[in-house]
Amino acid sequence: MVLSFKLFACALALTLAGCAMQSKNYDKFIAANPRSILVLPPKNQSTDIHGTYSFLSTVTMPIAEKGFYIFPVTVVDQMMKENGLPSANEMHEVSLKKIKEIINPDAVLYITLHEYGTKFVVIQSQTTVVASGRLVSTASGEVIWEGQTHQVIASDSGGGGIAGLVVNAMVSQAVNSSVDYAHNVSSIASRDLFMTEGQGLLNGPYNPASTK
Amino acid sequence: MKINFLNSHRVSLNIIILSLFLAILSSCVSPTKYYWGEYENILYTQSQEPGRATPEYQIEKLQSDIQIAASKGKPLPPGFYAHLGYQYLQIGKAGDARKYFTAEKMAFPESTVLMNRFIAKLK
Repeated sequence: MVLSFKLFACALALTLAGCAMQSKNYDKFIAANPRSILVLPPKNQSTDIHGTYSFLSTVTMPIAEKGFYIFPVTVVDQMMKENGLPSANEMHEVSLKKIKEIINPDAVLYITLHEYGTKFVVIQSQTTVVASGRLVSTASGEVIWEGQTHQVIASDSGGGGIAGLVVNAMVSQAVNSSVDYAHNVSSIASRDLFMTEGQGLLNGPYNPASTK
Repeated sequence: MKINFLNSHRVSLNIIILSLFLAILSSCVSPTKYYWGEYENILYTQSQEPGRATPEYQIEKLQSDIQIAASKGKPLPPGFYAHLGYQYLQIGKAGDARKYFTAEKMAFPESTVLMNRFIAKLK
């Protein structure tokens, strides 16, 4: 009896947690119906210079697995640099018309990294990644989706706890440095931003679950 | 009675911990549509340690991914072939660059405008 009540309470709590956030309005996203997304290198407002390219290297998997064509992020970055755009800030200023002519994506994703990095507090470290994204249709110039993610992950020096477990599970190259630790939290933030049901992107044409 | 109560309490706590653990585990091993291999790791290494991620290093890793993806029967993700073609371009191997830019276009027609732009420059 006690057991079943506790399981019920647990299930209820999980359901409530899932419903707590109201789903976004996707009318403009559905109307624009994008197939392909160009992600520009994120603008970096944090003090850590690694942030932009750490975050950029984590966006391909969630966006592709959601079912979109995502342009090769590093190739596009290098191409823009070779064409006189040395940083993310300049790349974000390029007109949609020009982007459409040269690359031809259905939508452009503009990301801003608000916080990125690890703080050490005696035997604990706390890694924070805060980012927001804005998806703009190249056909209409309208913002068709906006989202944000706020990840704060603490760990003791042993990297234990459930948070540590999740982070460790995501490390494919286990390197013990704060830079790589923040990079792993970038991966979590990126999945959260794009894949969270009711908040992230809708399913794209390459997703088998898509009804399109 | 008291012992029984404590036991059932412990069992339910264990079940909750176990189910949480399984939920986390299953979210980590959920099957992906694409074979990801080293592609995203390479993007990260190239940005943080460009000296290590030379075009030759990247080509070796990505070619190995092509073999593994084929053996698993999974497609490679968007951008993979374009990135590989771009590495061949860096070391002056125009024929290989053309091959992989074309492969990207075949796999994902959305890339046609950009791939044609790269291919046109090879001539």
